[in-house]
Amino acid sequence: MRIRVDIEACIGAGQCVLAAESVFDQRDDDGIVVVLQAEPPDEESGAVRQAVALCPAQAISIDE
Amino acid sequence: MLEQVVVVGASAAGLSAVETLRQEGFAGRLMLIGEEPRLPYDRPPLSKQVLAGSWSPTRTSLRPDEHYGDLDVDVRLGVRAAGLDVASQIVMLDDGETVGYDGLIVATGVEPRRLAQGHDLSGVHVLRTVAEAQMLRADLESGTRLVVVGAGFLGCEVAAVGRARGLEVTLIDPLAAPMMRSLGAGVGSVVAQLHQDHGVDLRMGIGITRLLGRERVTGVELSDGVIVAADVVLVAVGSTPATGWLVGSGLPAEDGLLCDAMCRAGPGIYAAGDVARWHNPRFGIDMRVEHRTNATEQGMAAARNLLDARVPFAPIPFFWSDQYDAKIQAYGIFPPDAAPVLTRGDLDRRGFTMSYVRQGKIVGVVGWNMFRELRSDRVLIGTSVVDLATATS
Repeated sequence: MRIRVDIEACIGAGQCVLAAESVFDQRDDDGIVVVLQAEPPDEESGAVRQAVALCPAQAISIDE
Repeated sequence: MLEQVVVVGASAAGLSAVETLRQEGFAGRLMLIGEEPRLPYDRPPLSKQVLAGSWSPTRTSLRPDEHYGDLDVDVRLGVRAAGLDVASQIVMLDDGETVGYDGLIVATGVEPRRLAQGHDLSGVHVLRTVAEAQMLRADLESGTRLVVVGAGFLGCEVAAVGRARGLEVTLIDPLAAPMMRSLGAGVGSVVAQLHQDHGVDLRMGIGITRLLGRERVTGVELSDGVIVAADVVLVAVGSTPATGWLVGSGLPAEDGLLCDAMCRAGPGIYAAGDVARWHNPRFGIDMRVEHRTNATEQGMAAARNLLDARVPFAPIPFFWSDQYDAKIQAYGIFPPDAAPVLTRGDLDRRGFTMSYVRQGKIVGVVGWNMFRELRSDRVLIGTSVVDLATATS
């Protein structure tokens, strides 16, 4: 899977980091999402899907 | 084995429930019933980007149209649930149709509270739906004086948009500071200062007696007799759970549909989102949460438990508010008797986190333009205050 994020939509909630902390992080100053692994390993796919579902700004999508 | 699941309410919680049912392997018939004529969309941007004009309403759609065909869900829009027969397992719709179910998820949300008088005047608005956001936006384009009645999240966000659009804005609330109902007094004074710095005329600690005007609103009368001139009024005085259609069903509704820790309200009946009052075992209290992430999470939980997962729903609620350049985020609960304690940063510089302490334990944390720090403070929830000094030193 390949992760795409919309940093204009991102509100810096950090729900993605709570779901998959090896894949996502936040910028220090404004909390906007930082993708640590754009093509995460298979074992992270469940956590990444949870991050997509929980993002309150609908800012994360996946290309399978 | 369930054969026909009906989800009443086609917003975030209802959508989350139908998606989860399919992901968890439910292969029977699935129906999603929505009162509004639109497919599920996202509400938080309505009081922010949509009202400001930076997003078109279509950008709030939660899924592409074809998604619902892929899910094999029968979506009925523009129709309201009018009644429920628990014994016969039938939902009555307001177009006269009846729909049988063996699993039901109630996700009917809330309805904005209205004033006893004056809502028929033009220029007077509530804000819950896309249609209402579009009407308010149109009035903000032509208006010059906005009065916002109610300084909760919604009222504060709309006041900020009004100022950004160049309107004169007055914000009125009977409590002593904005956002006190959701965040207590700790952050309220900072929110008040923020709005004053942006030129909002704050009238706190005072109620309103009536709206003035014949056809169009011309002003708002405060309880001390003062009249504030207005050509646009937003009434943002909270919401009531949409449980009217359940009256007579025998299901217990009291400020929300009452559920157990599994979000179960009756035989084969679960609830999710703004309408659900459930027992959250993490905090040991019954709660009802009108926040965006809860709608998704509880939709998932209700769907899984309908499929017999039997997992208590014990989230740490999360919410946020964007006003001017302030991004306020919060985890946990903020009861009136919880005492706020500054954890990091500085109130005057508007970069801080606070912990809310009740009976010696931290029950909530709030951050103001502090993101990663707040996320790490989240683990403090449930710990005793003695740990607070060590955790953040």
